Order: sequence, then structure tokens, then C-alpha cells
Amino acid sequence: MSASTAPGRDPVVVIKDLAVSFATDHGPVRAVDGVDLEVNPGEVLAIVGESGSGKTVTAKTILGLLPPTATTRGAVLLSGRDGATDVVSVPAARLRQVRGRDVAMVFQEPSTALNPVYPVGWQIAEGLRAHGRVSRSEARARAVEALRQVGIPDPEQRVNHYPHQFSGGQKQRIVIAMALALGPGLIVADEPTTALDVTVQAEILELLRRLRDETGTAIVLITHNMGVVADLADRVAVMYQGKVVEQASVGELFAQPQAAYTRALLGAVPRIGEGTARAEARAADRPAGWADAEPVVQATDLTITYPGRFRRPGFTAVDGVSLAIRPGEVLGLVGESGSGKTTIARAIAGLQPASGGSLRVLGTEMRGARPAALKAMRPRLGFVFQDPATSFNPLLTIAECVAEPLVVHGRASSPAAARRRVDELLEAVQLPRSYGDRFPHELSGGQRQRASLARALALDPELLVADEPTSALDVSVQARVLELFAELQKELGFACLFVSHDLAVVDLLADRIAVLYRGRLVEEGTGAEVLGAPREDYTRRLLASLPVPDPVAQRARREELAALTR
Amino acid sequence: MAQLDSGLGPVGTAGAAPVHARGRGGWLRRLPVVHQLRQSVGLQRGPLVAGLVLTGLFVLVAVLAPVLAPYDHSQLRTPEGAFGAQQPPSAEHWLGTTVGGYDVLSRVIWGAQTALYVVVVAILASIVIGVVLGLVSGYFGGWLDRVLVVVADAIYAFPSLLLAILAAIVISGGQASMWGGIMATALSITVVFVPQYFRVVRSEVVRVKGEAFVDAARVLGSGHVRIMTRHVLRNSVRTLPLIVTLNASEAILTLAGLGFLGFGIEPTAAAEWGYDLQRSIADVTSGIWWTALFPGLAIVVVALGMTLVGESLNDLADPRLRTRTASADVAGDVAQTSVQASVETSVEAELKAAGPTAGPAGPEQKEDRA
Repeated sequence: MSASTAPGRDPVVVIKDLAVSFATDHGPVRAVDGVDLEVNPGEVLAIVGESGSGKTVTAKTILGLLPPTATTRGAVLLSGRDGATDVVSVPAARLRQVRGRDVAMVFQEPSTALNPVYPVGWQIAEGLRAHGRVSRSEARARAVEALRQVGIPDPEQRVNHYPHQFSGGQKQRIVIAMALALGPGLIVADEPTTALDVTVQAEILELLRRLRDETGTAIVLITHNMGVVADLADRVAVMYQGKVVEQASVGELFAQPQAAYTRALLGAVPRIGEGTARAEARAADRPAGWADAEPVVQATDLTITYPGRFRRPGFTAVDGVSLAIRPGEVLGLVGESGSGKTTIARAIAGLQPASGGSLRVLGTEMRGARPAALKAMRPRLGFVFQDPATSFNPLLTIAECVAEPLVVHGRASSPAAARRRVDELLEAVQLPRSYGDRFPHELSGGQRQRASLARALALDPELLVADEPTSALDVSVQARVLELFAELQKELGFACLFVSHDLAVVDLLADRIAVLYRGRLVEEGTGAEVLGAPREDYTRRLLASLPVPDPVAQRARREELAALTR
Repeated sequence: MAQLDSGLGPVGTAGAAPVHARGRGGWLRRLPVVHQLRQSVGLQRGPLVAGLVLTGLFVLVAVLAPVLAPYDHSQLRTPEGAFGAQQPPSAEHWLGTTVGGYDVLSRVIWGAQTALYVVVVAILASIVIGVVLGLVSGYFGGWLDRVLVVVADAIYAFPSLLLAILAAIVISGGQASMWGGIMATALSITVVFVPQYFRVVRSEVVRVKGEAFVDAARVLGSGHVRIMTRHVLRNSVRTLPLIVTLNASEAILTLAGLGFLGFGIEPTAAAEWGYDLQRSIADVTSGIWWTALFPGLAIVVVALGMTLVGESLNDLADPRLRTRTASADVAGDVAQTSVQASVETSVEAELKAAGPTAGPAGPEQKEDRA
């Protein structure tokens, strides 16, 4: 496993005028349109772009992993141990030889990339077996070695464990170990950290960087996260609508982006500290005595337990959390997956019963509340869901969906009668009126999330609960939705619980930020307090793990994080 | 925050979404079977078309039976005299006569009508009962759900024909008039089918119940009935056309099986292929082929046609099994992944005047690429 197998300084892969189209039910669709790229040995090339820009298709072409509905033109020359191979034109048998040995892949979701019924050691050895005979003991030895290389503790024992016995970050390490098993000259990593929490993401990025230095493997990194790019990449290719619009070294790209699209993309990335000034301005505008007003949400020692399975203890998702949201205030709730932030949001909306403590929402005690009491409270509360794709009934038009709250609460007799108000709402969220007649699948993600906002605001709620409203969106779309959100909040003055895993997003909007860790509230305060001078160790780690879209600053932060975790 | 300025090609918003599928004939194209027929290509199209033709033929014959059949189903004689038993095919009786002295062609044609009635009644009844039970059971869960699932499983464990026989005896006490017989047979088939619909609908309801849009409806304060009918039901019945076609062929076979075993419809009340087949067993050994061949063929052809439709729909419903016309060279346009909202509505202008706005639209994604 060394870079010496790469012949000289020739590129590991050369992509020439690659074009790919897919046959779909609505005729052919072009996904990649004349892409030229090169990856040199030991180099990390990041391909960035929003969803649908063709970055994943380009990467999958390198491994010949396109589905049979794809038609490909152009050449992908992959140099391996026995000369160059044009992946686009070679027969399947030759492709199988090349895969794993010359090029390997790291997938986005580690929990689905591993087969749950085999021990991880067996899965790592699978690649070895596919490329020649290896004895059982040798395969095991090499699997142990691979696990050690990616930093799994006790590899001799862990090699016999099954995927479910590992955490998400460890699973991704194992997937990387599988990719490295045969010492390929190139690893294609498709969004390798998107499914992981930021603290784990930082560890995986560190691992990839170390492996690149140790083994000399080139990495093609597919990502939409500019912070990850700044952290790991040497060179960046920006893709937009199937074309590479800009290619530059990472320093150059962030310092002097050439293409207008790159500038827009970089401009859309939220950065920590942007929202502080706004929050201060809002705080200054508050009338006197505002702090003494009755909070719209008041949680005291709130505990939420999910019942356990047969004869098992329940799982406590939220453990003694106390927080308050006053009228017109935006509280940002941050935490990793499993920290209980979504559970709190759902409890406030009455979707999840509270099991201990007290939770008063808009003057109604939610713990043990009767359905009638909840019904009276509901029109005063709006909810924006995480995934705009699933939060609309696919069989109703957007107008019917937005009219639903008006009809349910008797403000209108039918969706048609509510159309005037629906049109107003759609305009308020900057969607054309005509979009009311479309079905949810006919809108893009950002448009759908705006429609979702319109629905949540239909009854002029006093409280809006937004559960990760932008995490399913591209950065550029996210920027726009957040901007709209801030505008509407300013105009309508509703109080808001804004849940997110992204500190930078929360910082943009929130007056106060609460940090959750394993069901407990570890820190709460204004953006300036929490992000500027975090008191808790966990908050500091969370903050340092967040990659910033600036290669120079990111290098400094990396060292800071290393110092924190040491 | 974001200064998304300039440069991005001004793409009209209309390009962001697929063209709206309404308009003239839109509803027709979205009908279950028609939609799949339009979707199918190549090898997958053949069986579907063949199945549709056979099924269409069956329905046509059933509906036009009074016109097409030369004689009535229980007619034994014309004014000129009796038909005679076991007559070979001739100009008067194209397909000969049976041992009971009926005209085979007329019995086959009238049999189609009986079969159609039974299939329609059986499937309608099983859908209504199965869907209602599945919806309630899946939506509310709890003890009712558990009991219903156990009952459905118990029914599943029975051989379906045996169950149909039991049901036929219980419902009609043996034999009955035409509509009595049809209803009895249809209901016995219903008993067998209800668990299938129940299970499919229930599992879909359980899945849909967890979807965010149902949560959204709950947050809005919608009542249970409204959520069930407006949000859950319509999203849970998409696979039903598929089961209906597969079940229809099974219903034909069950009907024939019941008739064959003598639990069907009286020969004087209505023509029934299974009964005719059973009556012709003795003929086969004595070289009288026409009495068994034609009712048997009718059963095979109708069951085959419906199975072909069902299986084709099944393949087409799964995007991974569905074939599409592949283009020889790279073709098509790049899907619009980014749009610029080109709408300048009065409200937006107001908002702009009121405070800092987002400026021109950011690029937006469109996820529904294949």
C-alpha cells in the first residue's frame, strides 16, 4: 500500500468530455454534460455542487456504477497496476478487476453500506477474496490491519463484531477500511460525512487526511458542504447543471472565486457570527417589561421517555430540560442526532406526550392534556417539518394543503373558499399564486419548504415550531429560506422554536441558543454568549468541529479542535 | 447574509417543475391501467397488451351475452324439437351439445356473464370490507388491530377453496337461484380475499400514518375521521388496482372450482363453466371432446388474461423492474436544477421596500431526477 504503484506523476484518473444521460419516464434527461477532470496521485479533488448538478453521477462513472438506464459518452481513463482502463467502454469482467483494486468507493450512509448479517472482518476480507485467493488467516490478519489503520480500537476483537455493534462514525471508518483493503490508487468518497454529526465528521475528515498522507491514495470527494471542502480538499471542481463551471486550487477558489455561480454558492454558506448583530438589534428594540411577560413556552424539568420494548426499560430522550420562550422570541435549539431536540419540538406541538416535569405551551399544560384542550391550542401554533418532500399530502394541490388549517378550524368552508387567503399566504412566502394549483412533487425542495411555511402561518400563530426546516435543502436554497424566515418573523412577530443541528444556521436566526447533549440542556444564552464564549466543554467541541468555508481559518480551527480533544 | 447576485442564467420558474399534468385527457392518462399502458415499452408491453385484449374480450362477451349467444343458457329445445344430448358440433350447434342437452356455445358465452358478475361482486365486497377494516385497524392500532390481524392470519392459514366451500354452505345452504347463487359464490370468495386487502391496506396505513404529512395534519388539529379519509386513505390504496387484477383471475378459478365441486349455481339458474366441466368428465373417456374443451378453454383464457395484466402492472409499478426506452447516444436536456424566481408580485415588492430581502432567488434544486 504505497504511492509507488502509481506510475510516476501521471494522473490517476482522466475524465474527458464525459456526458451521461438517463432514460426516464419523461424521456431522456442529461445529468452530466461534457465534463473534463483530472486527479493526480495523492491529491484530494473535491467536486461540489447542489443536488442534481451531476457530481455523484460523475463520481459513479469512475467506478462504472451507473444503472442500465444510463447512456454514457466520452472517456474515463483510470490508470491502475496494469495500465490505463477506459471505464466507459470496457466489458464488465474487466471492470470488476479494476474496482476495489484500482479504485474504491466510500458511501454516504455507512449503516446501509455494511451488510448487517456478516462480521465486519468478513466484509473487509470480501474485497481480498474477490481479487485472488487468500487464506482465512491471512484475510483475517489483513482485516485486523485495515481496522487498525482506520483507528478502530482493539481490532483483534472488533474484527469479529457485527455492524450494529459499532457507532455511526466507526461504521464509516470500517467502510473506509474496506475501500482501502486492496490499496487502490483512488478512493471516491460520495458525501462521506453528510450522515454524521459534526463532531464525528471532524474525526472522519481527520482520518481521510491522515490516510491520504500515509498511503498516497488520491481522493475524489463529493460534497455539498463548503466547510468540508475547505478542510480536506487540495483542488476543487464546482459543478452546475452537469458542467464544471470552475476548477481551482482550494486556496484560490475561496479567496478569488471566478465563476458567478461559485461566488453565489460561497455567499450562501452561513457563517457563525453573522446573526449576532441582528439579535442584538432585536433585543434593543424590545419594549420594557418584555422579559416579565408570560412565556409562550415554559418547560420545567421536562422529561420525555419512549416506552421500552417488552420488559426493557424505556429510553429517556429528554431529561430534566427547563427552558422558556417569550412572546416574539426565537429560541434556537442545537444538538447532535439523538440529543432529544426533535422530541422537544414534537412535545411542544402535542405530537409526543411528556412523561415528567411540566410543559406549558400557550397557557395549556401539555402533560396529560385532554384532546379538547389541545384542539383549542392548535390554531395558535404552527409547525414546519424537516423534510418538505414528505410533509405534504402528495395527492392534494399546494393550495389545498395550505388551506387545510383554515378548513379544519372553520375559517373557511372549503379549500376553494379559502383560496384568497391562500394566495396571500403564497405571496407572503414569495411563491407565485399559480403554484397553488401544482402538486407538491412539482415543486423544488426550497419551494416546497416555503409552501410549508405558508401552511404553518395560515392561522397567524403566536408560536412557530420549526424542526430542522432547512437540513434537507441545498446551501443556496437554505440561504433563501432562512432569509424569508427571518423576514416573516420580523413582520409577524411570532415566537419561534428553531431546531437545527447546524450552529451557523441557528446563529443566523435565534435570539437565544440552547445546546442539548444526550437529552440534557448543557448551555443556554444569547448567540454572543454561547458561540462567542462557550462555557461548556461540549459546546466548545461542537463549535470547533464545525468546518468553516475558509481553508486558512479552517486550518487554525483544526489545531484548536485537536487541542480540545487531546 | 447571502448576496446571491448576478450571473446565474435567468431561468424561468416554469422550467423548475414538470409540466402540469392536467388539461385535456389528463385524467384519462392518469387512470391506473391506461397510465401503465402508456408507460410500458418493448418486451414488457406485449404481455400487458395481450392481457388487456383477453380481458377486454371477456368483458365484451359477458356484456353482450344476450346478443351473442344463439340460445338461452338453460334452453333444451327449440320449437322444432329437443337439441339432443352430446351432439357433435354442427351448423345448429357450433360447439355441440352437453350431456344434459344444452348448447355448449351458449353455455360458454352465458358463463362469461356469470363469471363477470361473480368477479365484480366478489372484488367490490372484498375491497370495501378489506379497506375499511385495514384503515381502522392500521390507523388506531391497539387491541382491535391485534385481534383483526390474528383473524386474518387464521383465515390465511385455510386452503382458500376449502374456505370458499365452507362459506358457500353457510351462506346458501348449498344451491340457489341465479342471483342467490352468484351472491353466495361471490361472498364465499370475498371471505377468502378480505384478509389480503386488509393486510395490504393495513400495512400501507401503518406506513402512511408515520409520514410527516399526517403529523402535519395532526398539528393542525384535524380530527381522526378527516385525517383517515383525506390524508391516509387515498395514499394507502395505490397498490389496490394491482391486487384487484391478480385477485380477479383467482376469483375466476375459485368460482370454477366451486362449480366443479357442486357448490356453485344451479345449471337452470345460470351457466357456469366449472359445473359444465364437471358434467363432462365422463364424456372425455368416451371421445366426446367438445363438452370439456370449451368451458375449460374459457377458464384458462380469462384467468390467463387477468394474470398477464396483473403481473405486467406489478412489473411496471416497480421502477427497478420497469424498462425504459434507452437512447443510443447521450441525449436529452440537462434538468433545470436551478431557478430564479422571476415573479415580481406586489407583495414581494412591498417586502422589499419593508426591509432587507434575499435579493434574486438562489439556485434551487429539483430532486425528481430519475
